[in-house]
Amino acid sequence: MTITVAGTKKEYEDGLTVDKLVTLENVEMPDYVTVTINDNIIEHDDFAGTELKTGDSVEFLYFMGGGC
Amino acid sequence: MITIRRADLYKLISHAKSCLPEEGCGLVGGRTEGNDRHIEAVYLLENKDHSDVHFSIDPKDQIAAIKDMRSKGLVQIGNWHSHPETPSRPSEEDIRLSYDSTSSYLILSIMDRDAPVLNSFRVAERRDVTKEELVIIE
Repeated sequence: MTITVAGTKKEYEDGLTVDKLVTLENVEMPDYVTVTINDNIIEHDDFAGTELKTGDSVEFLYFMGGGC
Repeated sequence: MITIRRADLYKLISHAKSCLPEEGCGLVGGRTEGNDRHIEAVYLLENKDHSDVHFSIDPKDQIAAIKDMRSKGLVQIGNWHSHPETPSRPSEEDIRLSYDSTSSYLILSIMDRDAPVLNSFRVAERRDVTKEELVIIE
């Protein structure tokens, strides 16, 4: 299947789950990354149970925040 | 080295002052050349915390900004936020929440309203802070 990861089209096998994609993409500090599929936020608890479909667009977002 | 256009710096300063007493924040996009980073777009985003001592950026705002960067052939270089009453250096909270070691973290101090100070930092493993050489270009 073809999915778009961070703006780049990539080929992956069918049935790929979000947690496996995070591993395959070597995402740094995966516990702290927010994943969106087609602009919808996927909860961390749902990473293993969420399968990607062809045409999906995935983004990895780090929490952006701080203090002073 | 990281560069920012003077006009973009003024946008950050103006926005940060308009957000007072809250912190202002946003993202920066641009191009990379080896180890050099050139900011070519600044994004003035909502401080979801609406606080004078904290900031956070809504993921949906992040996505919108990133998509705009891509449409211009740019990449996300990092983020920026203001320190209304403290110097331009990462606070303990800033360091603890620096999850992306590839990002530049720009901090604009406006504690002296007439003499804002902008610095850029990289943070490795949410611990090791390195100040980047920041060059203002015309």
